[in-house]
Amino acid sequence: MAQIKTAKTNPVSEFFSKLFRNQIFIPIAALLLLAIFNLIADPSFFKITLGYSSDGNPVLSGYIMTILDYGSELAILAIGMTLVTAASGGQDISVGAAIAISGSVVLRVLCGTDSRPETLQAPIIVAFLVSCLVAMAFGAFNGTLVAYFKIQPMVATLILFTAGRSIAAWINNNELPIVSDKVFSYFGGFLPGIPIPTSFFIAVACMIITALVFKFTSLGLYIQSVGINQNSSRLNGLNPEFIKFITYVILGFFVAVAGFIKVSRLSTINYSVVAKDIEMDAILAVALGGNALSGGKFNIGASVLGAYVIQFLTTTLYKLEVSSEALSAYKAIVVIILVVMSAPIVREKLAALLKKIKASAAAKSAN
Amino acid sequence: MNFKKILSFVAATTLCFSLAGCTKAPANSGNGGDLIKVGIINNDPNESGYRTANDKDMKETFTKENGYDASFAYSLKNDEQIGYAQKFIQDEVDYLLLSAADTAGWDSVLKDAQAAGVKVILFDRTIDADESLYEASIVSDMAKEGETAVSWLESQNLPEYNIIHIQGVMGSAAQKGRSGALTDTAKAKGWNIVTQQTAEWNAEKAQQIVQSVIDSGKSFNVIYAENDDMAKGAVAALDKANISHGVGKDVIVMGFDCNKWALEELLKKNWNYDGQCNPFQADYIVDIINKLEKGEKLEQKVVVMDEKGFDAATITQDDVNNYGI
Amino acid sequence: MKENAVLELRNICKSFPGVKALQNVDFTLCEGEIHALMGENGAGKSTLIKVLTGVYPKDSGTIMMKGFDKPLNIKSPRDAQNVGISTVYQEISLCPNLSVAENIYIGRQKGSVLSWKKMNEEAQKVLDSLGIAVKPTQQLASCSIAVQQMVAIARAVDMQCKVLILDEPTSSLDENEVAKLFVLMRNLKARGVGIIFVTHFLDQVYEVCDKITVLRDGTLVGEYTISELPRVQLVSKMLGKELDDLSDIKGDAAVFVADENIPPVFEAKGLYSDADIKPIDFTIHKGEVNGFAGLLGSGRSECVRAIFAADKVLGGEVKMHGKPVRITKPIDAMKNGIAYLSEDRKRDGIVGDLSVRDNIILAMQVKEGLFKPISKAKATEYANKYIELLDIKTASVNTPIKSLSGGNQQKVLLGRWLLTNPEYLILDEPTRGIDVGTKVDIQKLVLKLASEGMSVTFISSETDEMLRTCSRLVVMRDRKAVGELSGEELSQNMIMNTIAGGEANGTD
Repeated sequence: MAQIKTAKTNPVSEFFSKLFRNQIFIPIAALLLLAIFNLIADPSFFKITLGYSSDGNPVLSGYIMTILDYGSELAILAIGMTLVTAASGGQDISVGAAIAISGSVVLRVLCGTDSRPETLQAPIIVAFLVSCLVAMAFGAFNGTLVAYFKIQPMVATLILFTAGRSIAAWINNNELPIVSDKVFSYFGGFLPGIPIPTSFFIAVACMIITALVFKFTSLGLYIQSVGINQNSSRLNGLNPEFIKFITYVILGFFVAVAGFIKVSRLSTINYSVVAKDIEMDAILAVALGGNALSGGKFNIGASVLGAYVIQFLTTTLYKLEVSSEALSAYKAIVVIILVVMSAPIVREKLAALLKKIKASAAAKSAN
Repeated sequence: MNFKKILSFVAATTLCFSLAGCTKAPANSGNGGDLIKVGIINNDPNESGYRTANDKDMKETFTKENGYDASFAYSLKNDEQIGYAQKFIQDEVDYLLLSAADTAGWDSVLKDAQAAGVKVILFDRTIDADESLYEASIVSDMAKEGETAVSWLESQNLPEYNIIHIQGVMGSAAQKGRSGALTDTAKAKGWNIVTQQTAEWNAEKAQQIVQSVIDSGKSFNVIYAENDDMAKGAVAALDKANISHGVGKDVIVMGFDCNKWALEELLKKNWNYDGQCNPFQADYIVDIINKLEKGEKLEQKVVVMDEKGFDAATITQDDVNNYGI
Repeated sequence: MKENAVLELRNICKSFPGVKALQNVDFTLCEGEIHALMGENGAGKSTLIKVLTGVYPKDSGTIMMKGFDKPLNIKSPRDAQNVGISTVYQEISLCPNLSVAENIYIGRQKGSVLSWKKMNEEAQKVLDSLGIAVKPTQQLASCSIAVQQMVAIARAVDMQCKVLILDEPTSSLDENEVAKLFVLMRNLKARGVGIIFVTHFLDQVYEVCDKITVLRDGTLVGEYTISELPRVQLVSKMLGKELDDLSDIKGDAAVFVADENIPPVFEAKGLYSDADIKPIDFTIHKGEVNGFAGLLGSGRSECVRAIFAADKVLGGEVKMHGKPVRITKPIDAMKNGIAYLSEDRKRDGIVGDLSVRDNIILAMQVKEGLFKPISKAKATEYANKYIELLDIKTASVNTPIKSLSGGNQQKVLLGRWLLTNPEYLILDEPTRGIDVGTKVDIQKLVLKLASEGMSVTFISSETDEMLRTCSRLVVMRDRKAVGELSGEELSQNMIMNTIAGGEANGTD
């Protein structure tokens, strides 16, 4: 009897211990915890209603849609931040400032010389592409400092972190350009006829592009290899400096995409506060995804999930009307718990604990 | 440590400072004969639209044509500002116009100014120093701005008041003044505050706060945002959820600062109210300088500026042109 | 204590977790003596020095010094300095931004009021007496490394040191500078200072030293006077092979005859890199196995690293199949069909967190390029092929390589390079730290690959391994090639003689 029982429980416990050790466990667990908490506190959290926007387009609304909508910029940034972290073992803290720059570029191109144009002065796609180029150039600047001048990533990106918002202001001559174009507002809102926020589609598109890049190139292997052992990578024919450099350029692209959504949301930009502190959330998303902040192996899916978990948390806190001053304190507490949980040591302990419980349960039932 | 690394870091830092520096270095504009020499220390004009308008107003007023030899210096840091002040005193300016970054730490430099015969006029911000150290102080009364706005809201005579209150950065003068009036009146009149949260002057955060209220299904009919940016964020959330706003619509939208684009929203009747925070202080300063030059005595040290509140029902294009920043 | 001995160490023991670094080591230094401390890496030289200077506490044993009637208890380098033991390290531990005089006197002014003028005068006297040509007021950083070392020595002398330890002082000096240093050392010797000289340059030992103490694996091999111990004996004692016992063991690899009509697979002329090696000439033919022999630090690894451009190549001509090629970085070498299994497995070889599969395909993937990714299925197939072929013990292809044993990690790395299907395979210490069975497997594999037409360079610290596999050996000493052995010449005896230099029994 006992033997049959253990044979039965074995695959289950194996599955769990495998799950505990899997990187994606922590963001999933965090997501489940938050979901269960909200389910108990107020099941209406998960209510999704179909309504119509002021333009008569169908629109799904509800907290879940809000999370998918507002978490998207963070998810997009998390992709790039994961790569930078993996290759260079450090983080780019200038992404918020870089969003201010790329967003300003979008508006500058769309507005031309007039800060409040009646019609767009350039096609939206041109504005987007120009902002991509600019953001990637700034990414290249960071990448050069990190890869070739071997400056600590946080220190290297501190430069743009400090100067970025001033540059953004300079791009639009300190004016606040406002675009009044219906199509432009689609990217931060809804496409006509489609009830799901466009930003979510953009995030999914970014993930698909990334997945394809990793499928059709060996960049993933190269980045991990460089992040884990730079010496070995060099002796295996890689150019570690270039690979680090290129991750910063890739992050630049994602910065441009996130910045584009941000300016589309309000059709304007306030360069001093746009995407404020987003770099910290992006780094947190990477950490929540169980990626080592010291570089090496990475899992982009886990980071993206981590980004949505952060937005889930933010939305939950807004919903609970947590007193405004205390908001960041609550966030910090949850973050501490999640990050401690995601530490490998804790996870090993958890797995061991689970095994013990299973074993004693099996022993009891055998008796 | 590796020398190369240090070198490159130094180079990078220098680059950083030179990038930041090009907007901040004091700009001298020559020495005029009988011009009145003024040194103007302001916060960084990039800080906000308000500050940009304020700086523009100063630059347009204190020109050679108007009889001034003006030098400008900008910083958001108190100690840098004090450094600029010392420099202006050495340059023997007649007037030192100061919008201090921080309230404390100005005593000694202002005493130096007094000893050197430099007259100090504060604008926009007050400081913790003895009144005798400056000639005048031109300020906005944030509490009054709040009261004007709230009494306007009261005059709307809504059957019930369900208010989303979006606050600025907690503890700032504007937040305290604008929040205080609403909180007091709401308590006195029994208005319902649906939520009261800080969006830290940030449009995106305001959008999320309003989105959260919409998602919760709670009803509301007033958005009281403590600046225009946050009001814009709130409106973006309303638009997404197909909630009408503006004159004669479901939700009353209130903002502050009178940005030109915000006043245009009023003109289009998308918003209902915008309270002014007057950045145009130059005329007040000129008045004071003229009086001092003639040897007249000032009636009072603290000059509170006139500030308006605009109602969408009555605003005109002229208002937008004159008061929009 | 022995008469005229200045320092006596008795039964010194020191263990680190899992390693007995020193076991009952004795060491005696006399006044006015230059005493070489010799041994291969890991022999215990630096541990002994560190115990003596108080960097490590000793486990047991006594340290006696002349003028002290009790055994010394040295707890810190400061204590050592106070009793008159000074050390000059390879990396100068002075203050580069202070002047020469300041460096001589820094940190030891007790009570006396400091006068810059007086200090400079005193310093000048010390420097003059030692024949060091440098101004006391010069900034130390502006002096050459050699002068900086001499200043460090001057500081020690001025502190009345009785024992001076020179730890690898000559490794960054040129010949002239070495000569000057030796003059200084002899000068000190004449003053009665006892000098412990740690070096791996054999020539220098025979030029300047009076006695040699040899350590091996943490134990004392013996103390010898220079005249007693011919070079070849010294080498055999360091390596732990008795000369006579080994003289009859010859290489059992088949004599390799290159086809003169076919140009060599790889040919280098005057190749050198920034790793401080003298230009070397080197050729290898199709199907040949050769090797680089020499002591650690002789430059044998640096030679193969230069071939693979693992270090920065500074000069020389390289031809493959008779055609000139440019190899400036590892990828160039790989594209030309060269593979290099590095000496330091952990630092330069494995990518620890990656799976066995990814580690196996890494080099192949890089060679294929960014846009031709190897599919997971294909990668698994490759990995399984080499897991089977090399008998790699791993739970699965997904296991991170860092959780494998050293020998299996080495096999994975070997598999990685074999997968690139090289024409020319360089193996630097492929058998270090792995069990005997695996060692033999690897040697067999090397011979098999060669018989299939691959050219292999095989480097090992164990000469008998090389004798078994290589048909030709380049012998290195002091970072240059000093001889080439093949055919009948391939024997332990000859290798040691060549490593030692000079006559088999001579001392130069």
